[in-house]
Amino acid sequence: MANVTLNAAIPAATSTKGRKQQLQDLLFRRSTEFFALCVLLLLGGVIVSLIIGAWPALTTFGFGFVVSEVWNPVTDKFGAWAPIYGTIVTSIIAMILGVPVSFGIAMFITELCPAVLKRPLGIAIELLAGIPSIIYGIWGLFVLAPVLQQTVQPFLIDTIGQAPLIGGLFAGPPYGIGTFTAGIILAIMVLPFITSITRDVFETVPPMLKESAYGLGSTTWEVMWKVVLPYTRVGVIGAVMLGLGRALGETMAVTFVIGNAHRVAQSILAPGTTISATIANEFTEAVGDLYTSSLIALGLILFIITFFILAAAKIMLMRLDRQGKK
Amino acid sequence: MKRILAIALFAALAWTQAKAADISGAGATFPYPIYAKWAAAYKTQTGIGLNYQSIGSGGGIKQIKAKTVTFGASDKPLKASELDEAGLTQFPAIVGGTVLVVNLAGIKPGELVLDGDTTAKIFLGEITQWDDPKIKALNPNVNLPNKAIAVVHRSDGSGTTFLFATFLAQNNSTWSSQVGADTALQWPVGIGAKGNEGVANMAKQTDGAIGYVEYAYAKQNNMTYTKLVNKAGKTVEPSLDSFSAAAAGADWANAPGFNLVLTNQTAPDAWPIVGASFIIVYKHPVDPPALLTALKFFDWAFKSGGDLAKGLDYVPLPANVVQVIEKSWADNIKGGGGGTLWQ
Repeated sequence: MANVTLNAAIPAATSTKGRKQQLQDLLFRRSTEFFALCVLLLLGGVIVSLIIGAWPALTTFGFGFVVSEVWNPVTDKFGAWAPIYGTIVTSIIAMILGVPVSFGIAMFITELCPAVLKRPLGIAIELLAGIPSIIYGIWGLFVLAPVLQQTVQPFLIDTIGQAPLIGGLFAGPPYGIGTFTAGIILAIMVLPFITSITRDVFETVPPMLKESAYGLGSTTWEVMWKVVLPYTRVGVIGAVMLGLGRALGETMAVTFVIGNAHRVAQSILAPGTTISATIANEFTEAVGDLYTSSLIALGLILFIITFFILAAAKIMLMRLDRQGKK
Repeated sequence: MKRILAIALFAALAWTQAKAADISGAGATFPYPIYAKWAAAYKTQTGIGLNYQSIGSGGGIKQIKAKTVTFGASDKPLKASELDEAGLTQFPAIVGGTVLVVNLAGIKPGELVLDGDTTAKIFLGEITQWDDPKIKALNPNVNLPNKAIAVVHRSDGSGTTFLFATFLAQNNSTWSSQVGADTALQWPVGIGAKGNEGVANMAKQTDGAIGYVEYAYAKQNNMTYTKLVNKAGKTVEPSLDSFSAAAAGADWANAPGFNLVLTNQTAPDAWPIVGASFIIVYKHPVDPPALLTALKFFDWAFKSGGDLAKGLDYVPLPANVVQVIEKSWADNIKGGGGGTLWQ
């Protein structure tokens, strides 16, 4: 491929057609540069406006803002710990429930599924991704929560809730809504993303590799676990990170079913709150500069958490890549 | 093609122009049922509609301060200093009652009796089971199950919360010192739902729930409300009569800025959680004709909307209070050019 430098001096065209083409080319180049620049400016603008908006709260509360559980609009004392804890816990529950199921679906579609089912299953997964998140919230509130309250939660409280160490995780009255329900809804929402990317990545494994393993006598499970997954680990981690990013920021579905309680409870069946649910509920009526600024500070903290997760994913991928090349 | 686009654009503009006469307001969910009824009746009479967003009292206060609406509605009256600072004035529009609703199988509406102190203990998390001796003491003949109490409160800024919390603070010193009374609180226990509608819904579908809603929501959704023991020591049922008994004691003429909260009234038949819902407007409005249209709507509601209000168990303001209110309009609100807006 010829090495074309962008800023090489282009001799002036002499014909009118040539001049017109040069003008079009110049416009095309400048406008695409402008769009790319816009994205950077937008990101910078968002970070700057978040910091400016959060400044009053950060200077008033200092670092204690991140670890304080108090959220008292009457006395104007705010702390971000309860929303941060809720965001992390719901995302962890979503990943624990969603990732194995997604892997299972992707493995089924690529390895075990009869050919006639592949297309419909694939379409069904894509459709799940297309459902608006507020529909998930309404479905969770009116359908899932009563079912959980009447069947699953009492069962969990009576069985695991009585166990010595981890019993505290499943204690409390069965509300139906709460951190656990929000985690389940998030797991359903991240499922399509992780599944479709994982499935695409699984299909890139060279058939020769798998056939060789089968030829040596491996079972399907051993082929998946020892051949396919190590080969595709970069794409799979990318898919999980994408799902995690979605789970961290999801607002409407979580707001409906999380119970909006600004408390850190030991039990995952208890109501809680997440950063996005707090902002969604209280932003329109935050009266007072410190209240509004605290909500913007919450947004800034979510931005930083997401940034760290993505950075950690990138570093992990780089390390895996280096290991793979050795 | 261009001609079709031009015609479509013109039609869209013309259509939006025709809609420009609607009055815009936002705020409390407490009076929303009666404002919606008044708006429908007013529209059939005059053709002017009301666009009211029931986003909670906190939202109403914020939006009127941001000048995005013509009037803000709040169940929590603003203090005189706050009004003066922002150039606002307020007046009461309607009086209504807040009731407690429960979700217990086999309990009928009006069967359970509670009082201020016990309710405060429930919402503080000190009483956690329905068959607690303190609740049993008030209800000797009711079969209370051994079930956990699921407290439901508001997650958004709410004047209904302010009324309810004022009532609890007046009856329980722990509540008054630990939690206080405002539109948004740090609730010790419970799940939060958005709006009176959200609390009604959540209480309806959670077994063993207790919540607080404006009476119209409890009535419209056939919910199980409770009786309360009032300040005079009598057990009263929520109804237009008990709300009116509480409202009758209000001395509106001598309250600066109409800043009155009607909870815990001493009248023998008074319902203990009664309050007025306020309308907040600017003294020097940005759009005087829009405010004048809104004031005419409220004038119509005061004079002809009383029966509609009573049908939903809200207490309409008596004629002498309406006179004081309209005099405050003439004194406080200035139109474009400095003259009084309301004649």
